[in-house]
Amino acid sequence: METLYAITTGVLTACGLYLTLRGRTFPVVVGLTLTSYAVNLFLFSMGGLTTDGAAIVHGDGNYADPLPQALVLTAIVIGFAMTAFVVILAMRARSEAGNDHVDGKKEDRE
Amino acid sequence: MTLLWIALLPLLGVLVPALTAQRGRTLCSLATGIVPAIALLLTLMQLPGLLDGEALRVSVPWLPELGLELAFRLDGLSLLFNLLILGIGLLILLYAHFYLDKDEPYGRFYAFLILFMASMVGISMSDNLILLWLFWELTSLSSFLLIGFWSYRGDARKGARMALTITGAGGLALLAGLLLLGDMAGSYRMDDVLASGAQIVADGRYPLMLALVLLGAFTKSAQFPFHFWLPHAMAAPTPVSAYLHSATMVKAGIFLMARLHPAIAGSELWSVVVPLVGSITLLYGAWFALFKTDLKAILAFSTISHLGLITVLLGIGSPMAVLAALFHIINHATFKAALFMSAGIIDHETGTRELKLLGGLRKTMPVTALLSTLAAAAMAGVPLFNGFLSKEMFFTETLATPVLGGLSWLIPVLAAIGGVLSVAYSVRLVHAVFYKPAKEASPKKPHEPPHLMRLPVEILVALCVVVGLFPAFFATNLLDLATQAVLGEPLDFHLAIWHGVNLPLVMSLVAFALGLMMYWRHADLRRFLQPFASVDARRVFERFMMTLGYRAEQTMAALDGNSLQRFMSWLLLAALCMGVLGLAQMDILSGSKSNQPSDGILVFGAAMLIFGGIATAATHRYRLISLLMLSIVGLFVALTFARFSAPDLALTQLSVEVVTMILLMLALFFLPQRTPRESSPLRNVRDMLLAGALGMVVASLNYAVMTRETLSISSFFMANSVPGGGGHNVVNVILVDFRGFDTLGEITVLALAGLAIFKLLNRLRLFMPHSDGEGRVWSPDRYPAILTSISMTLLPLALLVSAFIFLRGHNQPGGGFIAGLITAVALILLYMARGVEWAQARLDFPFQPVAVVGVAIATLTGLGSWLFGYPFLTSAFGYFSLPGIGKFELATALLFDLGVYLAVVGATLMILANLGKVTTAHRPVTDPKEPDTPAPTPAKEPR
Repeated sequence: METLYAITTGVLTACGLYLTLRGRTFPVVVGLTLTSYAVNLFLFSMGGLTTDGAAIVHGDGNYADPLPQALVLTAIVIGFAMTAFVVILAMRARSEAGNDHVDGKKEDRE
Repeated sequence: MTLLWIALLPLLGVLVPALTAQRGRTLCSLATGIVPAIALLLTLMQLPGLLDGEALRVSVPWLPELGLELAFRLDGLSLLFNLLILGIGLLILLYAHFYLDKDEPYGRFYAFLILFMASMVGISMSDNLILLWLFWELTSLSSFLLIGFWSYRGDARKGARMALTITGAGGLALLAGLLLLGDMAGSYRMDDVLASGAQIVADGRYPLMLALVLLGAFTKSAQFPFHFWLPHAMAAPTPVSAYLHSATMVKAGIFLMARLHPAIAGSELWSVVVPLVGSITLLYGAWFALFKTDLKAILAFSTISHLGLITVLLGIGSPMAVLAALFHIINHATFKAALFMSAGIIDHETGTRELKLLGGLRKTMPVTALLSTLAAAAMAGVPLFNGFLSKEMFFTETLATPVLGGLSWLIPVLAAIGGVLSVAYSVRLVHAVFYKPAKEASPKKPHEPPHLMRLPVEILVALCVVVGLFPAFFATNLLDLATQAVLGEPLDFHLAIWHGVNLPLVMSLVAFALGLMMYWRHADLRRFLQPFASVDARRVFERFMMTLGYRAEQTMAALDGNSLQRFMSWLLLAALCMGVLGLAQMDILSGSKSNQPSDGILVFGAAMLIFGGIATAATHRYRLISLLMLSIVGLFVALTFARFSAPDLALTQLSVEVVTMILLMLALFFLPQRTPRESSPLRNVRDMLLAGALGMVVASLNYAVMTRETLSISSFFMANSVPGGGGHNVVNVILVDFRGFDTLGEITVLALAGLAIFKLLNRLRLFMPHSDGEGRVWSPDRYPAILTSISMTLLPLALLVSAFIFLRGHNQPGGGFIAGLITAVALILLYMARGVEWAQARLDFPFQPVAVVGVAIATLTGLGSWLFGYPFLTSAFGYFSLPGIGKFELATALLFDLGVYLAVVGATLMILANLGKVTTAHRPVTDPKEPDTPAPTPAKEPR
């Protein structure tokens, strides 16, 4: 299970980073989102993978580590804010520069 | 406590001129003067306590972890400097009142001046190394502002920049040196540092530390080879030159050497380097002072020379030499400030300070001529003036020093040459301006300045004379205290005018004779120097800075070529190297924990995630498809969270996924639907390899972590969640209680992102396509009936669910974040189904305040705990019961969560609704005549 999980995180990271290396804004935004999924999964697994753990404290029992969960929860929301900001920035850049290249200066060949 | 006031009052005083500048100049000047006057008075009131020889101290902890405290001391040395800074500062204020033109921004000038004064007082009184450095940097900054005060003048700007570069760079070196020093002494407190001199000198890092500290001191005090900024700083208004560049700021380096004397001076290295640098500076400055033709330039170079003299004395370091150094600090400050102010008066009244244009001013400005002559006599070291006394002491000490061993005769010889030059330039200064007949008429018809403008000069010259005549009476006590502060023990000395005929006196007489002769043969000297090309320090400096900037630019261009892609590649490559290095140091990848068994559902989920990820990357040129693939990943991430016992995360991820997709779809509408093929195959392969390698590193790290036993601090949260936070859902209690401050930060970021997006959308001009990527025009059915009716039905339900989720959040999966997202999604659905105009009419309020109010509620909830004497964000809860409802819980955390909820709703709607507004109003839906050319439509300004 851990092996599978780790491979998944790795593949998502690789795909996300590949996209962030592209030259147009939209794939970069998509890549950042994908990378943030991978990062969230990675952070989440810091507390170990718990199957059928209780979410609510009631006496003793099999609990999942709540700390990574709390951290990831805010990370998800912040990730959304960041994605939103970057994508609007990309729109603005296209409107100002006339193309959607990340450096904002190349000829738009489309 | 009074000490704290002395040190901090001037800082507050910066506000006074800013506040009173509108009320007229006289009032502003008077009001500005009050603060330094009070500080001076307070300093003098401390005298009785100081006379016992014990330093007064006050200390308030600031950042105790870093060894930083707001600690001030007042001992003899600080007293001496405080008197100089505040006393001369007051005179300068009076002088500046008359010096500045009517229409100049005097309020700003005074504010800068007081800021500088405050930082100098801070240096003089700091009882902590880091605090001292802080004020040190503040002097660099305020002097930059003052030198560049006439910012419309190119030389002022360049001079200010040069001074800041040199003193700022020196300040950084000083910081490094002081940190080392504090480390060597084991404390940053002045007393501890001063007490551990032997230990510091014996430390192996001593040479490095000394070099860094001296770099700071030498740059500030314009010692060779860093002297060149001082003449260029003369572009400042003359009050600034008189104050900063003769009396105070340039003495900061000297002060530092005196202050740290017990800690760092007791070594061979010190007693070679410091006197040597000082002597070179002494001669260099004096030589150039002799040939400059600008009044202020002469004074600037002579200042450099005198600073060199003081440095030599501190370098020699014997008790009597320290005494002489301190004495000369006072004397130089008095006569040089007086001379600068006279130069300013001459400049002010004649319109020039060029020696070639001046002459014969004795007739039109007799009083100024007399004052300048007396001050110059003190500078030349004529007997019966204060300059004579300290110069004799200087000669005595140079004769007595054993520095340089067999070459120790060198120092007195150099000193004597310095004396000769100093006589020559002093005579030249006075004679050429006042006594020699003028060759040409000056630009303005000269006359005496207003009496009050001359008053500061008169006071300073009077000091030169009385100290020169009655040194024992006027200077002994102050010097006694100051030397005691530097040396740590009282010194038995006697100041007197007449010591009998001895070698120093002979040296003085020789200096006078030769100096006068030098001035007499000045023309011959100049002719002799003519063939030697002079080097313009400013040009050298500017060229150096330009080259530096150019090289840096070139290096950057070679590295990333101003391309984000290359920049990213470097970043990722660096991350890869670090990751690989880290992994290579591990013995074995997998840890002690064994793998848990997989099942079919898990394998399916993993396969879907991998498929989604790869498909997103593979189809990235077809953006809509890529986006759909991305949503698969998002969905399965949510399922993963659910599978591994994190319902809160699953709910959050699901709702965020919805808003993210809506957002990206909306954005895609305005962007090209396809990505052109741009990257070369080689580049593609390279990127794939880089990303793939990083993916492997991440996978390995993840595996390594998961198979190891980890020490978690979560048991604390689990144990205290119910008794301490009053909630059974630990994740939510962590968010709103244990780590509430983090959450507060995060909702603030969220609200800020919303506001930034709101501004970015403002007046955005967008290209609106008429059709999708395939060339199909948009459907004319804007608001499909089914969606409309369903969304209307759904809205109250969704709001109900979100309220439910919000309320139960503390004890069951849910909470403010999730509830906020659900509310936002429900409202957005309404926008999509019925259009912006319809929704706008019904939700007629801007969303920015909602987000801001949310953050405010959360912050106020946190602040509320202060009212009850608890730390920020302490939560309280209690159980209550009402008939009909039963027992229920109320917690302040719920209020905090309400803030989170509002911030999330506000920010999300601010982002999506505003973006939506841009689209819907002007979306071309009917088939236009030319479907291929997108019409640029100015978007309506979002609310």
